[in-house]
Amino acid sequence: MLKYLKYALVGIFFGIVFVKAEIISWFRIQEMFRLQSFHMFGVIGTAVVVGMISIFIIKKLKLKSIENETITFENKQFSKGQIFGGLIFGIGWAITGACPGPLFAQIGSGFLVVLVTLLSAITGTWVYGLLRERLPH
Amino acid sequence: MLEFIQQPWHWSVAGIFIGLTVPTLLLLGNKKFGISSSLRHICAACVPAGISFFQYDWKKELWNLFFVLGVFIGGIIAAYLLSNPADVVVSEATKTDLAAFGITDYSKLMPAEIFNFDNLLTIKGFILFVVGGFLVGFGTRYAGGCTSGHAIMGLSNLQWPSLVATCCFMAGGFFSTHILLPLIFKL
Repeated sequence: MLKYLKYALVGIFFGIVFVKAEIISWFRIQEMFRLQSFHMFGVIGTAVVVGMISIFIIKKLKLKSIENETITFENKQFSKGQIFGGLIFGIGWAITGACPGPLFAQIGSGFLVVLVTLLSAITGTWVYGLLRERLPH
Repeated sequence: MLEFIQQPWHWSVAGIFIGLTVPTLLLLGNKKFGISSSLRHICAACVPAGISFFQYDWKKELWNLFFVLGVFIGGIIAAYLLSNPADVVVSEATKTDLAAFGITDYSKLMPAEIFNFDNLLTIKGFILFVVGGFLVGFGTRYAGGCTSGHAIMGLSNLQWPSLVATCCFMAGGFFSTHILLPLIFKL
């Protein structure tokens, strides 16, 4: 269990950033989808640029993890799921004001009714697993 | 110092920190940033029900569950120790639009008029919490990732399917905000 604690610590920091930058705020998500503020676009855009540079450096220097594992990258395979699933998630994102990460942070910051949203999201994932073979991919 | 942390953080600061999560997880243990997978692991751990999609060794992915547990705890810390006493500042245009839905309380990060248990048993609340949550869980898994796995990790690794997914997330959100929400708030 101890080896997992570091991931919990990263998560704690991440959760604090989520709340303090108001990414978990339903208001902020509304602002984004109404194109009335740059805030969320700035957050996601900056994160992508920082992530891109980081991955470039990791690949270039062939860095290993602190436990000396080789760092691997898998290519994402295209499927129609990215279109259909993407649209479905987008609709839910604007309604709930949350992607999966912020759901956990919203509950932590005291909006307990979001527990219902989280349980429902777990149910949604489960139903996807159930119907997976019958859906277009 | 504390007052400095308590005010809302600038988008660039948040963006840098979130972006740095990508190399942090890779360097800690070759882990790929992605949060919606945690929902799958919870299904696999709790109700696999013989569904092949949930037949895998979820214990190998425990780090991901610890990560989201951390996000939950981070939410508690930020809300109770570092919280900003002032109202959430959003653009005036958004305030005008949301006032049409009857939303005027900006004292918390979420609109108090909506996000309460009393609303849960109304049709509006059912759609906002139950249906909305279902779409998030179903859609992210169908898409193979969410904002973290596709928009941040996928785009950082120059994966074009992630760009397709990200564009569809945004398209779905625009449709939902401008077409569905006005209908939902009429209920």
